[in-house]
Amino acid sequence: MKRILYPFIVCAILISIPVFSSYGEAGDDLPKFFVPPPPLSKGIFPCSQCHAYMKTNRTRRALTYHTKISKGFNHAREQRWCLDCHNPDDRDKLRLASGKLISFDESEYLCGQCHGTIFRDWKAGEHGKRTGYWNGKKVYRLCVQCHYPHWPKFQKIKPLPPPIKPDNIKYRELPKDKIPLNPLGNIK
Amino acid sequence: MKDGLRRSFSRRSFLKGTVAGLASIAIPVGSSDASIWEAFFQKHFREMNDDEKKAVINRLEEEYARKFNIKFNIKTTRAIPGTLFGYGLDLSRCIGCRRCVYACMRENNQSRDPQVQWITVLRFKKGEKWVNDLEEAEKYYYPEKVPEDGYFYMPVQCQHCENPPCVRACPTQATWKEPDGIVVVDYNWCIGCRYCMAACPYGARRFNWGTPHIRKSEINPETHYLGNRPRYRGIVEKCTFCIQRTRENPGRYPACVEICPVGARKFGNLLDPDSEIRYIIENERVFRLKEDENTNPKFYYFFAT
Repeated sequence: MKRILYPFIVCAILISIPVFSSYGEAGDDLPKFFVPPPPLSKGIFPCSQCHAYMKTNRTRRALTYHTKISKGFNHAREQRWCLDCHNPDDRDKLRLASGKLISFDESEYLCGQCHGTIFRDWKAGEHGKRTGYWNGKKVYRLCVQCHYPHWPKFQKIKPLPPPIKPDNIKYRELPKDKIPLNPLGNIK
Repeated sequence: MKDGLRRSFSRRSFLKGTVAGLASIAIPVGSSDASIWEAFFQKHFREMNDDEKKAVINRLEEEYARKFNIKFNIKTTRAIPGTLFGYGLDLSRCIGCRRCVYACMRENNQSRDPQVQWITVLRFKKGEKWVNDLEEAEKYYYPEKVPEDGYFYMPVQCQHCENPPCVRACPTQATWKEPDGIVVVDYNWCIGCRYCMAACPYGARRFNWGTPHIRKSEINPETHYLGNRPRYRGIVEKCTFCIQRTRENPGRYPACVEICPVGARKFGNLLDPDSEIRYIIENERVFRLKEDENTNPKFYYFFAT
């Protein structure tokens, strides 16, 4: 019985080697979770549509085209400039510190270089919003879906109204069109 | 035959007849169709077999269709074997925006007038005493923008205790803990005595002081008997971990988890070692509210890195 099984086991191992080695190209054991595409501004991608015809300028300066980003840039401002993350030679890629190029839809590796503990928690499902099914397919979000990469701190938002105080609760029969609406509206 | 007739006027049958007669007077006559009788003599939910449940659901669906002019779907989905639901809330992320409060309202058909909300978001001043004694909490905060500097927020809802004091307090057994750990209320058995509200150390239960009102356009017709089906005046309700969503297979996350813009809310199966809630309990600084009450909640507050 064992003799019959051995070739199968060997075959299974041989087949699985290429599968596992292609798993997580950036050298990590990141399982493949469904992540929606990155929220790139419309018409901005591919970057090479302009940058392919431009000379690379590495100096820190006020940008003339990406003005909003260069003005508002607030992500370790002193330690960082565009080409620390964006790849100078092929602008459609991001560049890890190791020199490895990654695409925009796996940018979590780039963020994870510095934010290691957050990256660890994100993989486990602790950090960040998850939707989908608690015992099934889960939708993850890339870091950049919640944190704008050039000024990642969350902006303050308007809260929804507080509960009605007990002394303001009326016992009444309102006409149907006067019943208060849910202030949440269509927020998803 | 004669014997039988004579016997039918025995003391016993006389009393029987009197009781039945009085009972029929006690029940409102105005709309005295069979459904009123059925509602009055409805068995306890856990003692009903599938046919009896089906009959109750049909009756309720008709009742609601008449009342709201909408077709309701009321499920009686059982607990999935091998599940014990747990909830995590990251206090270092929560910004107090109250999206969860109103997403819960949208999902669970709470009354808009008089207002009923299952989640209360408490605001505390940083550095002041808070967790032992929630007296210092502010729940009516309403600034222009959140989070406010110098404050932090803690949403509180039903903690789904493993040892729930509300269940013991209920005189009619209208509230109980399900096998998957969800503490539920049968709105048809609740008599509105509010003992459970007095027993709950978290203030998580809500009472319908008036007839619940909700606009037709905002009704969620996908309901569960023990969850978000429309309620009545004079009964108690509370968070059910969105039983109508989470008991599906595959089960969706509760509405408050799905809406949270900062991802502070986590939900999963405590019996599954690979679930995110287990990861949190094993790796983070976790605490439960009022642990000294020995209620053993399945709602874990934590501070993430």
